[in-house]
Amino acid sequence: MPELLELRDVSKSYPARRGRGRGLRAVAGASFTLAAGETLGLLGESGCGKSTLARLALRLIEPDGGTVRVAGQDFTGASAAATRRLRRRVQIVFQDALSSLNPRMSVGVNVAEPMRLQGIGSEKERRSAALELLDLVGLRPEHADRYPHEFSGGQAQRVAIARALILRPDVIVFDEAVSALDVSIRAQILRLILDLQQRFGLAYLFISHDLGVVKRISDRIAVMYLGRIVELGAAAEIYRAPLHPYTEALLAAIPVPDPRRMRVRQLGVVEGEAASPLDAAAGCAFRARCPHRMAVCDQATPELLPVLGRHDVACFLHTAPPPPERKAA
Amino acid sequence: MVPPDTAQAGVSEEAPGGVGAPAVPPVSGRGWRVAAFARDRAAFIAAVVLLLVAGAALLAPLLSPYDPAAADNLLRYAPPGTAGHLLGTDAQGRDMLSRLLWGGRVSLVVGVVPVALASAAGLALGLLAGTAGGWADQVTMRLLDVLFAFPMVLLAIAIAGVLRPGVWTEVVSITVVLIPYVGRLARTATLSVASMPFIEAARAAGATRTALLLRYVTPGVLPPLLVYATTLVGLMIVVGSGLSFLGLGVQPPASDWGAMVSEGRVVLRRAPHATVLPGLVIVAVSLAFSFLGDGLRDALDPRSRRR
Repeated sequence: MPELLELRDVSKSYPARRGRGRGLRAVAGASFTLAAGETLGLLGESGCGKSTLARLALRLIEPDGGTVRVAGQDFTGASAAATRRLRRRVQIVFQDALSSLNPRMSVGVNVAEPMRLQGIGSEKERRSAALELLDLVGLRPEHADRYPHEFSGGQAQRVAIARALILRPDVIVFDEAVSALDVSIRAQILRLILDLQQRFGLAYLFISHDLGVVKRISDRIAVMYLGRIVELGAAAEIYRAPLHPYTEALLAAIPVPDPRRMRVRQLGVVEGEAASPLDAAAGCAFRARCPHRMAVCDQATPELLPVLGRHDVACFLHTAPPPPERKAA
Repeated sequence: MVPPDTAQAGVSEEAPGGVGAPAVPPVSGRGWRVAAFARDRAAFIAAVVLLLVAGAALLAPLLSPYDPAAADNLLRYAPPGTAGHLLGTDAQGRDMLSRLLWGGRVSLVVGVVPVALASAAGLALGLLAGTAGGWADQVTMRLLDVLFAFPMVLLAIAIAGVLRPGVWTEVVSITVVLIPYVGRLARTATLSVASMPFIEAARAAGATRTALLLRYVTPGVLPPLLVYATTLVGLMIVVGSGLSFLGLGVQPPASDWGAMVSEGRVVLRRAPHATVLPGLVIVAVSLAFSFLGDGLRDALDPRSRRR
């Protein structure tokens, strides 16, 4: 069975403005797959390229290189008609649910809108599908005739989820979908998301900077740093024994509920600001902040490779550095 | 597999206030738009005033008591209330009421038609420039900039000058002059709407370019355009009078409101009504259009929906 969503070596750079600085490498050579019913958590700090990667996966922006495949079909090179058809299989829920809804359409129309845009069903069928989904996400039928500005953040997120479901997709991308919500509402939305996954066998790409949320929801985790996936593996495995120094530092920075058990020492592993993603020079992107920096880290960029008996990591501590003359090989 | 309490959990989320509050019977369908407009008293009165003025101008041949060009040299500068002349007479003894009625036909056409035409053209250009981007945007905007470089009235005079004088010459020249103003506003509005997250959401759902443009971008661009256009109407009534004054628009003895103001100006002390009456009419019509624009914008915006 083919993977539902497959990204291979996908890159995206934003060219520099004329005469000013260098270009920005938002995503560099990212690869991952997503199977039916699975949740892949995508973890990383702000500005590391998580959202760019999500938009690349949905083809909301065009990659500079690499391919995206949806259910085995090429998405990157697809014609306009084929793209439109493939979009039915991959949907997205944005962080700012409220502004992702059209303020001039009632919520019922908003939820049904993907069907209309895809030319599915009659007005009546779309309406009843929308009502059904609003019910499924825990909203009442009368909510359908109200407008987005009348909804709270949590309710708007439910509406956005209903809209993402209406085309019966296989994959839903959650781009920081619960990050802006209060803790109690976040728990409700997370439960809803998990319920829906079980009910429909959905595959999720769950993007967040919140380690706790990702741990709770993910089967596998990909850790991103400055546009690169630096570690990829089973969630439990990564949380138990991270390989990459960055993942290690991230996990050590999770606040401990008991302040007496909290050690300041644990927080200090990652010093200073992240290196600028504008810096395109060779070498490991994390080396400036890495406590294990070696000579080879300045010379070559580590690739994401499997470590025997463990999971994938891009770090010379665990993978062999490339032979000096790589270009000849 | 789904716990049965999911639905309940959702509703109890924010019970106090918010959407969960006891609802007034919801206004059905699109009725709320009409209701919102009718509730806006200023806009409603403005609409009534404009309907009356337009109706009176349209029915000028039936309503006006005299020929607007018929002079009566024995009855010059008759003040309002003079027997037979409700609003008095002007410097040549012509009936003010008749002249206002007939002048309204010209002034309303010159105020409304160019603004409507320029809004349509400006909307199209703004949408094109704002959504296409790249060279199409550059070429369109630079062309508009060229038009911008000329003072508004001077350009209108130049255009009217090469055509035969008349009402439709005024309409054409004012339309051309207004296009860059409206086009620029439409482009800015297009850019701001196109960058909204709900546009990206529509793309992710498979919206075609046409659907995005017509169903998502245009409804967001129209309201600011409408408000701007309605404020232009009063101004264009005056610009049109300027063209007539220069002999490029309507020819004497026919006249419009602006021309009546400028004719009466020289005898302001002796016969203030000759200036003040058409002036008041212009002010009232301009204000009414402005209020109408605000009212329509609110009626189009779901956020103004009251429950």
